[in-house]
Amino acid sequence: MSGGVDSSVAAALLKEQGYEVIGMMLRLWSEPGKEDSNRCCTPDSMAQARRVAALLGIPFYVIDAKNVFRETVVEYFLEGYARGETPNPCLLCNRKIRWTFLLEHALVVGAEYMATGHYARARREERGKVELLRAVDRSKDQSYVLHVLNQEQLKHALFPVGDYTKVEIRALAEKFGLPTASRKDSQDLCFLAGEDYRDFIRRNAAEMLQPGEIVTHEGKVLGHHTGLANYTIGQRKGLGVAFPVPLYVLAKDAARNALVVGTQEELGTTELTAHHVNWLSGEAPREPFRAEVKIRYTAKEVEAWVTPMGADQAQVKFDAPQRDVTAGQAAVFYQGDLLVGGGIIQ
Amino acid sequence: MIYLDYSATTPVDVRVFEAMKPYFSESFGNPSSVHRYGQQAEAAVDAARETVARVLNCRPDEIIFTSCGSESDNLAIRGAAYAMREKNGARWILASRTEHPAVTKTLLQLEKYDGFQIEWLDVNEHGMVTAESVAKAICAETALVSVMYANNEIGTINPLRDIAETCRARRILFHTDAVQAAAYLPLDVQELGVDMLSLGAHKFYGPKGVGALYVRKGTPLLPHLTGGGQEFGLRAGTHNVPYIVGLAEALRLTYEEREQRAAHVQPLRDKIIGTVLETIPDARLTGDMTSRLPHHASFVFKGVDGNLLLTLLDAAGFACSSGSACKTGNPEPSEVMNAIGLSREWGLGSLRVTLGVGTTAEQVESFLSALPALVEKARSLSRR
Repeated sequence: MSGGVDSSVAAALLKEQGYEVIGMMLRLWSEPGKEDSNRCCTPDSMAQARRVAALLGIPFYVIDAKNVFRETVVEYFLEGYARGETPNPCLLCNRKIRWTFLLEHALVVGAEYMATGHYARARREERGKVELLRAVDRSKDQSYVLHVLNQEQLKHALFPVGDYTKVEIRALAEKFGLPTASRKDSQDLCFLAGEDYRDFIRRNAAEMLQPGEIVTHEGKVLGHHTGLANYTIGQRKGLGVAFPVPLYVLAKDAARNALVVGTQEELGTTELTAHHVNWLSGEAPREPFRAEVKIRYTAKEVEAWVTPMGADQAQVKFDAPQRDVTAGQAAVFYQGDLLVGGGIIQ
Repeated sequence: MIYLDYSATTPVDVRVFEAMKPYFSESFGNPSSVHRYGQQAEAAVDAARETVARVLNCRPDEIIFTSCGSESDNLAIRGAAYAMREKNGARWILASRTEHPAVTKTLLQLEKYDGFQIEWLDVNEHGMVTAESVAKAICAETALVSVMYANNEIGTINPLRDIAETCRARRILFHTDAVQAAAYLPLDVQELGVDMLSLGAHKFYGPKGVGALYVRKGTPLLPHLTGGGQEFGLRAGTHNVPYIVGLAEALRLTYEEREQRAAHVQPLRDKIIGTVLETIPDARLTGDMTSRLPHHASFVFKGVDGNLLLTLLDAAGFACSSGSACKTGNPEPSEVMNAIGLSREWGLGSLRVTLGVGTTAEQVESFLSALPALVEKARSLSRR
């Protein structure tokens, strides 16, 4: 529970459906002194969640995940930037912290299911498999961050708000007499405390910010950058390079610590390779398949061919070139509402 | 649910509740009023004061009613510190490292803002303060010594008489926080030899929101809640008549039934201590084996997150407590765990089990059969 409207209504719906409900909240890691600004677990949101639990008449526990979060998610975040990627730590948090660490705690406490306020749907098939579907409210769909779940985790998963639109959830919150404030729908990472990630890296891994060369695809040196982590794929402003036409960041060459730039025409790409692919059904499809692919949490899905390669890799060929294909972000494959799989862009 | 947290608070005894009832809507007067409504209320407060004085073996005008044990501690420490400094320039205060935050936080504030100097008395591995360490630390400039009667986290009873004697020989004021002790230990202030003693009613089946402070006649004390002349000018504010009546009745019943109550809880407590140490690996008793409150069992488990253990216990139906009263999932070993020399690995895994009049042998059995597996679960999750 976060104290926000979605997880609160999720708990209320389950209670109404006759489940015995226990509220849990994770205490995540913050930089020392910035605990009040961690988007996921400020003292305020903790008080709010506690209040909601009291209103619903359910027990509420805070589980300390500071160390495991620091050691896995924050490390992964820093290492990703060190590799020249733009990592998405929320994915790892969902896999390792929410759906492993917290789920283990929930099961030990005696729970059979773990429910969250995510907008997504879990459909239980007769053969015992669980399918992950997009939320009824497409505009709020959060299945992207849940593509990391395996069948064992899905077996225990409930997403009570995924069957409703956000408008309906707000109305339900009012009906249940719950607070209706939603957390600002922000892409900011919880542990950045609302600040720019570059400042965080400067404070926590300054050695990573090694200046290097800005080069073209052909290897021509155009200038110098202040550290690869300071740039994102597709970035145009702030390169500090004089050139007749606007230049964009095309790639980061971590081995040479070089920032590769080029013109707008060079920007798009028609294919990508994903690794650490998770197939939601538990096994890779045998044949290439048509899918709608999402390359960022906020990106619009686009048509593509997906070709599985081995158990955990896949090649994606877009029908049309795509900008902003960014190593470290996830490519997630859908067929209609069904989430088929997804992996990290290489 | 099984309640095993009587040191946190106790249910109000129905007899106490009955005694309080008339003073809400019937005899509702303000004791400071001249009319008969006021007189009736004043009589109730006076009678309550006499009852408390009888239990403490002191004069009624040596009892100050407050809003809680913490307020009593604050009044005693701030009041005596300022008054003694004014009287003879004394600016040292001695207190044990294991005092309740009502004492330690008050002292830290006096140190930071008022120029007092605090000497923290070390305790032994069982959390006990010795009279010798007090004697060594006292100097001519000592304004006050404050050592708790019994510790809330680990149940250790301090040698109060010896410490009081040491202070008296040097003519130094001695205050004790008896909030945890009052439910089970003698409170005769002449026997104990203390100058000030703090009480809170809800620890002995009285209501929350009322406390008392014994102040020996002649003790210099500056009020810190100023206003009307209530409580001999030492604590302003309209009397909380029903709660004061409740405190007195609860204390009277405790005094009368103390031995029975101790005889009820102590064997159950001993059973818990024995079984836990026998059945759970890497478990230790915290606090003293013999000089401890009869309803109090406290442990540390190596490599266990104490908060997680409390969560598992609650989910399994047992209400217990740990050293660090922490609901935010942000665990740090308590000051007491540090003071008795426990490493972080041990100190984080504290568990306090405190019994009361409602505790039954079946409840204890049920708790003891559930605990080992829960400690093991918490241990395996904490190891990650």
